[in-house]
Amino acid sequence: MRESDLVDHFLPLVKRLAAGEWFTARVSACGVFHIAYPSAPDTLKTELRSIYSQLCSDDMPMVRRAAATNLGKFAATIGSAHLKTDIMPMFDDLTQDDQDSVRLLSVEGCAALGKLLEPQDCVAHILPVIVNFSQDKSWRVRYMVANQLYELCEAVGPEPTRTELVPAYVRLLRDNEAEVRIAAAGKVTKFCRILNPELAIQHILPCVKELSSDSSQHVRSALASVIMGMAPVLGKEATIEHLLPIFLSLLKDEFPDVRLNIISKLDQVNQVIGIDLLSQSLLPAIVELAEDRHWRVRLAIIEYIPLLASQLGVGFFDDKLGALCMQWLQDKVHSIRDAAANNLKRLAEEFGPEWAMQHIVPQVLEMINNPHYLYRMTILRAVSLLAPVMGSEITCSKLLPVVITASKDRQVLTVN
Amino acid sequence: MNGDDEEMVAASVDPYLPLEWRFSQVFGERSAGEEVQEVDVISAIEFDHYGDHLATGDRGGRVVLFERSDVRNSSGGARRDLEEADHHPLRHQEFRYKTEFQSHDPEFDYLKSLEIEEKINKIRWCQTANGALFLLSTNDKTIKYWKVQDKKMKKVCEVNSDPSKTGALASSSNPSITTACLGNGGVISSLRFPVVTSHESSPVARCRRVYSHAHDYHINSISNNSDGETFISADDLRINLWNLEISNQSFNIVDVKPEKMEDLSEVITSAEFHPTHCNMLAYSSSKGSIRLLDLRQSALCDSHSKLFEEPEAAGPKSFFTEIIASVSDIKFAKEGRYLLSRDYMTLKLWDINMDSGPVSTFQVHEYLKPKLCDLYENDSIFDKFECCISGNGLRAATGSYSNMFRVFGVSPGSTESATLEASRNPMRRHVPVPSRPSRLGSIARVVGRGSESAGGVDGSSNALDYKTKLLHLAWHPNENSIACAAGNSLYMYYA
Repeated sequence: MRESDLVDHFLPLVKRLAAGEWFTARVSACGVFHIAYPSAPDTLKTELRSIYSQLCSDDMPMVRRAAATNLGKFAATIGSAHLKTDIMPMFDDLTQDDQDSVRLLSVEGCAALGKLLEPQDCVAHILPVIVNFSQDKSWRVRYMVANQLYELCEAVGPEPTRTELVPAYVRLLRDNEAEVRIAAAGKVTKFCRILNPELAIQHILPCVKELSSDSSQHVRSALASVIMGMAPVLGKEATIEHLLPIFLSLLKDEFPDVRLNIISKLDQVNQVIGIDLLSQSLLPAIVELAEDRHWRVRLAIIEYIPLLASQLGVGFFDDKLGALCMQWLQDKVHSIRDAAANNLKRLAEEFGPEWAMQHIVPQVLEMINNPHYLYRMTILRAVSLLAPVMGSEITCSKLLPVVITASKDRQVLTVN
Repeated sequence: MNGDDEEMVAASVDPYLPLEWRFSQVFGERSAGEEVQEVDVISAIEFDHYGDHLATGDRGGRVVLFERSDVRNSSGGARRDLEEADHHPLRHQEFRYKTEFQSHDPEFDYLKSLEIEEKINKIRWCQTANGALFLLSTNDKTIKYWKVQDKKMKKVCEVNSDPSKTGALASSSNPSITTACLGNGGVISSLRFPVVTSHESSPVARCRRVYSHAHDYHINSISNNSDGETFISADDLRINLWNLEISNQSFNIVDVKPEKMEDLSEVITSAEFHPTHCNMLAYSSSKGSIRLLDLRQSALCDSHSKLFEEPEAAGPKSFFTEIIASVSDIKFAKEGRYLLSRDYMTLKLWDINMDSGPVSTFQVHEYLKPKLCDLYENDSIFDKFECCISGNGLRAATGSYSNMFRVFGVSPGSTESATLEASRNPMRRHVPVPSRPSRLGSIARVVGRGSESAGGVDGSSNALDYKTKLLHLAWHPNENSIACAAGNSLYMYYA
């Protein structure tokens, strides 16, 4: 838009919307202030700031919510001169609003504003607000703090994080409300990255231990998905001493999601301490998941098999997991059989055609004589997936005869 | 004229004087002998926040909207304003029919082989925006968010095939084509571009959101939050929190379902949000207790912040004590400090700061006490009467049998009580036989005031008609005006 158009048309539009009779117009106005402000002449800038201030104390909670959501963007367009005098009072009012929904949205404003202020101003103004919010009566506000903690820490800088935010975070990790603990647990690795290892071990690790035996399975599940990432942060010794027992206990959790989340992130641990320490407990866990009653759990573990195979190595795989992979081809659920066929293809890609020729192809081809037609169809599907990987020679010599025989099968419906 | 006005105004300023109720309007009144169609029976009534509109829902799933007669329409202008200023300030507001729409249709739940009735259980108004009306209506299983807007009806005029509009001149060129255009054999001499004209605006209702499949049991209440963004819906065992914008997800915040259904002893009967505090919710149970919840405390609010229960009354308990203790409706007063609850026999006013017992109790139809057995036989003992409280919090009203309703003064020290019948002459009452002499006091007052309606006592004064029950009523938010439903008729009274 041209400068003149902005001043002639857009600014009056914003003012009209902000003075609208219906709250919906005022809500829309909040969203465009940050666009209008930079091009406005100085006199109008003052006016826009005062209009926004009115919107922040509007009667309707919807308008105040919109004002809180857009405060960060608006503040970014205002120079630092007016930031403290005009924006901070608006921010303070919003953080003390009666309506929970307005306060929650101003939590995000903390991070945005923190980045714009000078460090000492940030500590003076934003930090107390964050600490207050972490102890707010409403669990939804505490949840938002837990969710945004990383951004908030970045905004205030490392020193205040150490002194003020660590205790706040520990409180959130031990919060009464499970939802808050879930959000806090999900950020534990990110948070530890900001701290130095000693602090992390001293303050955060005890909470992590408590969370690993939390009564709510969703908390444990959230923890399991991020805890492996703490290994690189803490280093080899600390991992072996402190984290390993936690990994092992989570691997034996009764809730399948927890176990799956651990297994999915094994590569991060592998880099730090190697897989041997885990492999003993790993295999029983995998076998149990592979035979779980719920097919979606079985499906999830199949997805991870190629990853595990590449990390655990061919030897481990041959002994233990090979049999499982074949067993899945004969699962009662079609999705599992399909995923198993895909799995074999990915394994062949991973380990190479020679290995596959030895370990996969013979067993697969044997199963073509299964009395039930559905299983025979699965084998054909597996063959069709393997053929490109194995190469034309093997395909012609070994795979093709089987397919030709099957094409004469009275019941096979698909033609590969 | 002016002097009179001032006097009248001075007299009406004292809100504590007992009110004289007068009939205002009736909608859908049955003519004598006409059968009430089941589908027309009104099942929900609600005024909007400013009292400009009234919505009623019926058993046929329809919602009918009424608006105040003096709502300014476009053909008004300054002269009307002046006229209104001259009007007597006590002139009560009249309503007129605005529009109606079919909100819910009957459904069939295939999984459980059950019919889902289309009867509207509750209507709640939402924030207005852009001159359109928004409301939530619910049946047993589904809640719908409706937008009612005045839309100008567009009509296409001057269409070429209309011979009256096009100058029909016989033309010799291409007669075959032109005669083919018009069935009646006329000819078109020139083609005209059709014109779209706007006619009067009329209200159009559109369903904006459908909130479905969230309740296993029948929904008994919905309530909007003061944050304008969320609302709750409550069924017998669960309360769900919804966001108005999101119709495919809801949060369950209260779950009173026990592990084993055999242990079930209490169900939720009504739930309402506090009018100003966005975190406070109250719900009532079939055991007669009301719980106040703080949504800030935890995500699943099974434990209450406050429990309002009347201490167990000493004295003989009968089989019916528990049944009549079930609270059928709760309403917060506008300021939010007081809470009104209705159980079968009484109306109770609670102060939310005091949970030891109600502030006051009003007997609605004490004379039914000895008849509880009969009421149990014909299932009337399970009737769910609604209650309502006036905008200034001074009075409360609730319904009873024989299409009667009672108005009580609930301010401290008030002994006002009135019994009215939903008919054109509300003061014509059945005089029920008093069961105990001590009750004569209140009845006598009622009889005394009705001296102007001599000859109005029904012949069947002893037999209360249990079939004609006044379950639903609403009090105007700003005035002393009550809308109540008797069968399929909507009666309005003012004072």
